[in-house]
Amino acid sequence: MINVSKLKKGIVLDHIEAGQGFKVFQQLGLDRLDDVIVLMRNVESTRMGKKDLIKIETDLTLDLNVLGLLNPGTTVTYVEDGKAVRKLKLSLPEQVEGILSCKNPRCISNTEKLGPVRFTLANRERKEYACEYCEARARL
Amino acid sequence: MTARCLIEPGDLSTDEILHLVRLAGSIIRQPERFATRCTGKLLASLFFEPSTRTKFSFDAAMLRLGGQVIGFSDPATSSSSKGETLADTARMVESYADLIVVRHPREGAPKHIANFVNCPVINAGDGGHQHPTQTLTDLLTISAHKGRLQDLTVGVCGDLMFGRTIHSLASTLARFPGIKLLFISPEELRMPQYVKDDLAQKGVPFEESTQLESVIGRLDILYMSRVQRERFVSEEEYLRLKDYFILTKEKLSLAKSDTIVMHPLPRVNEIAADVDSDPRALYFAQARYGMFIRMALILFLLGLEKEGDLA
Ligand SMILES: [Zn+2]
Repeated sequence: MINVSKLKKGIVLDHIEAGQGFKVFQQLGLDRLDDVIVLMRNVESTRMGKKDLIKIETDLTLDLNVLGLLNPGTTVTYVEDGKAVRKLKLSLPEQVEGILSCKNPRCISNTEKLGPVRFTLANRERKEYACEYCEARARL
Repeated sequence: MTARCLIEPGDLSTDEILHLVRLAGSIIRQPERFATRCTGKLLASLFFEPSTRTKFSFDAAMLRLGGQVIGFSDPATSSSSKGETLADTARMVESYADLIVVRHPREGAPKHIANFVNCPVINAGDGGHQHPTQTLTDLLTISAHKGRLQDLTVGVCGDLMFGRTIHSLASTLARFPGIKLLFISPEELRMPQYVKDDLAQKGVPFEESTQLESVIGRLDILYMSRVQRERFVSEEEYLRLKDYFILTKEKLSLAKSDTIVMHPLPRVNEIAADVDSDPRALYFAQARYGMFIRMALILFLLGLEKEGDLA
């Protein structure tokens, strides 16, 4: 395995499904940051076989909702002074805003200029969310 | 949105639904007590698609409460035809009216409007999405003729796949104890899975059948739904299946003497004309109940109820 220097302050996104790391990278807009960022792909994992992993040396706060939707099961570790200070495992968020859009052509959100549309988790198994206006189901 | 609104049946608790049904009952018994309750109040009815039946019902409800009505029933005459956004139309109307009733072909439009105004908003139908006052009308009709909204076997027949009125009625009835539902339709137009999932999750017993004759004898209520020709892939398909949906005098003879027959109207040909004179046929009476439940709803949303109204 390639050796990457230990993170001093920042965030580690671990247990990303193998092959999904780049998508997470893009969706979180990490390409727009000036911080040091490492994306590791196909890292060996005892639990997952292979996984992706992202290390970000930063002070920024992440939109965990996006991440939970993209990759439920991601482990987020906040690091300070080289130590893990907080660790959490993401799951599908109950609500997301501004990430999904409604595909129902009869929905008001597709004809009027609205703010970000809120979607509520409707089926966890199928990762389906219901539009706040028309209740049509949407997936990422 | 600061005021109470009715966008979907889920906006009302079961207790509130029962309260509205009781209040409507009071209004039916003593309409004169409520005849000036809304004096000085103005209802704006914004019909972005025509629906004479629903508009008349709301207008009549407000007028019988002593209130007044402004609005339009033809979208071509509204300012939205000049490109105004719904939100702007709503804010303009709010500056005149105490209550807004919206009918709109777009799903979610009434909710969108409610987000922009501080007065109560009532959804009078948004596309094929929700039509909560139809559901309340159905419940009042049932309650008035059965004396209860619980311990009932309710059969719904026809196009169960696309009929939102039916989905809404089924899931609202499911909130009351002792409700058993029978879904009668051809395979092609069965109740959607999400509705059945919802009922199963609430522990509400339901059965599916493809033959009205075999189950009609068990029903307390038979709710017939509209069947539209355009739902079918071909004319042959329609002709092959249409008999399932047609209630005839002959089929009704298999029902109990106190079974009630309902239909949201307008009907296409789901109910034969010779059923109309049967005392169990309530679909023409439903329209009147629709006005009374809307009167109750207006009083409730405007906070104009008085102590003793239910006496
Ligand atoms: Zn929608």
